[in-house]
Amino acid sequence: MKYIDEYRDAALARPLIAGIAKRVTRPWVLMEICGGQTHTLMRYGIDEVLPAQVELVHGPGCPVCVTPLEVIDKALAIASLPDVTLVSYGDMLRVPGSHTDLFHVKAGGGDVRVAYSPMESLKIARAHPDRKVVFLGIGFETTAPANAMAVWQAAREGLKNFSMLTSQVLVPPALRLLLESPQHRVQGFIAPGHVCTVMGMEEYEALCRDFQVPIVVGGFEPVDLLEAISMLVAQLEDGRAEVENQYGRSVAREGNLPAQKIMASVFEVCDRKWRGIGTIPRSGLRLREVYAAFDAEKVFDVSAQSADEPAECISALVLQGLKKPPDCPAFGVRCTPASPLGAPMVSSEGACAAYHQYRRHSA
Amino acid sequence: MPDDKPSLEQLACPAPLPAQEKVLLGHGSGGRLSAELLQKIFLPAFQNPALNSLNDQAQLTVDGVRLAFTTDSFVVKPLFFPGGDIGSLAVNGTINDLAMGGAEPLYLSVAFILEEGLPLETLQRVVASLSQAAQDAGVIIVTGDTKVVEKGKGDGLFINTSGIGRVLPGINLSADQARPGDAIILSGTIGDHGITILSQREGLEFESPIVSDCAALHTLTAAMLEASPAIRCMRDPTRGGLSSALNEIAAQSRVGMELEESSIPVQEAVRGACELLGLDPLYVANEGKLVAIVDPLHADKILAAMRAHPLGKNARIIGKVTQANSGLVMMRTSFGTTRIVDMLSGDQLPRIC
Repeated sequence: MKYIDEYRDAALARPLIAGIAKRVTRPWVLMEICGGQTHTLMRYGIDEVLPAQVELVHGPGCPVCVTPLEVIDKALAIASLPDVTLVSYGDMLRVPGSHTDLFHVKAGGGDVRVAYSPMESLKIARAHPDRKVVFLGIGFETTAPANAMAVWQAAREGLKNFSMLTSQVLVPPALRLLLESPQHRVQGFIAPGHVCTVMGMEEYEALCRDFQVPIVVGGFEPVDLLEAISMLVAQLEDGRAEVENQYGRSVAREGNLPAQKIMASVFEVCDRKWRGIGTIPRSGLRLREVYAAFDAEKVFDVSAQSADEPAECISALVLQGLKKPPDCPAFGVRCTPASPLGAPMVSSEGACAAYHQYRRHSA
Repeated sequence: MPDDKPSLEQLACPAPLPAQEKVLLGHGSGGRLSAELLQKIFLPAFQNPALNSLNDQAQLTVDGVRLAFTTDSFVVKPLFFPGGDIGSLAVNGTINDLAMGGAEPLYLSVAFILEEGLPLETLQRVVASLSQAAQDAGVIIVTGDTKVVEKGKGDGLFINTSGIGRVLPGINLSADQARPGDAIILSGTIGDHGITILSQREGLEFESPIVSDCAALHTLTAAMLEASPAIRCMRDPTRGGLSSALNEIAAQSRVGMELEESSIPVQEAVRGACELLGLDPLYVANEGKLVAIVDPLHADKILAAMRAHPLGKNARIIGKVTQANSGLVMMRTSFGTTRIVDMLSGDQLPRIC
């Protein structure tokens, strides 16, 4: 496959690994922000082939992991209503709410469906005017344009039976919070290539300026990540702090302008709670007032009671790169993908799930 | 951190769900949830030596004759797909379960569960395909049953087939017999069937069309056993894919396995579809492939016999059985690193982004 195979080619990776080893003179802590990047690092064992001085910590970029419990509970309550069809991205189905998950709601008679695109939920709404179709619109800037497009299209068509339960989150405010924390150890970031494909690089240039931290926009294949690491190590060793673009085949500096336009016309920035981190100011998107008729929180009167979350799960620390999954005493013992204690063990993009899936033999 | 800095307790994650109280779709995925049903509900209720061996077929001796007996139900949607349909699948699937025990398939039963309102023309097409597949494979359908459920209570039609075959003397295949050093042979590309079905459901089209590998494997297994009886066990990696089949063997034989990532053949179009859908071909279903664990000294001979057969022409050695990492299937990546090839809990879930 063109544009994939060459980025998985071990022969291309070797000189990059050797280059990093040659360049590094002291310890550096780097964070890959996106869960998709964590997944690749674990799958290919990239951390095993890097020199010991380069430590990778895993960022908060797993959309399933950071969706707050209240939103999951609301989705579960809405999905349990008899006249509702709830449509969701696949990996949300197994995320436990306070008392149940979408798989169990489905088994109990709820109409829960998996879609690859929110536009599929519009098709369902058109075909079943008697059902209230709700799309669970979560994710980072990557899912926001498509989710916005679905709402925009529904409004244009005057669809009366479609709404969206929205919990969109934004990457840069989370990074800002992390960098402001006195505990943080991160000296360089691999920025999420697909978020930047949509949003461009300017927000990261501001972070770089404000915190004097090197940022490389990186892709998702092993050679992409090695190249991004090599660029970060070079910046750190040179004492530079710049924003560089490793993922040029996808990311333009200004991003995808039509995508930004549809997002801005449908959504507005709001404070948002992140599971495992807490409320981050101006870190989320909600539907604008003109789209209130499509806002599932307003259409459905659900006030879900969320249970307290147990203390044993250290996802708060994992999502901020302060601890690694195997540091958790419950990891692989009381917390497994089959019965997760916390969201990072649920989603395939979650750091805990990635370690459990690929690495528990060495953990 | 924000001013209203939450305590660690407030930040932690939700409690796990209580023990599964309902059947979930994942219980039928061939992964860990399916294994749990087996271990917690079925085995305690029915246990006996023939069942406890947990092979694809039961091996029974009746008056000195060794028989293989198996049953399988088919609930595929769509009913017709490129490369096959529910009828040919129902015949080939049961034949393959017999063939994996080294048996020569002889007789099949067929039971239909039909949904009220199903066009008779559809039923006729399925029956014609079923009959053709049985004829091609040289098995005879000797008994059957039909039930009809109310509209909305079935998905068009479901089929159950059971099969009886004869196991020749000297052949003894079982998933608990893998030994360290054994070679692991795969008969061809993986993921073809599952991706065909998924792309039909999702309405995806590819430059080179993907076709189900649905096929009866008994002539291939016969050729392999004729080349050498030094085969420890065979599995057809259906639902749950290659990963589940190998994990089951590793667990039952209490051995580890080490696969070579670059040696596992996946068709270009299937790889592309998996990228697009966010799936890993190791977990995608096959309906005309087998994986065999064989004595390393006989591996070349068996491989040659497979390659001489049309259903095994892409066969290759994909790894070996190890003493280390008992119960785990490991993968050597092209980067020289190792990772676990885990068994999935339930169905593979497409990722968000």
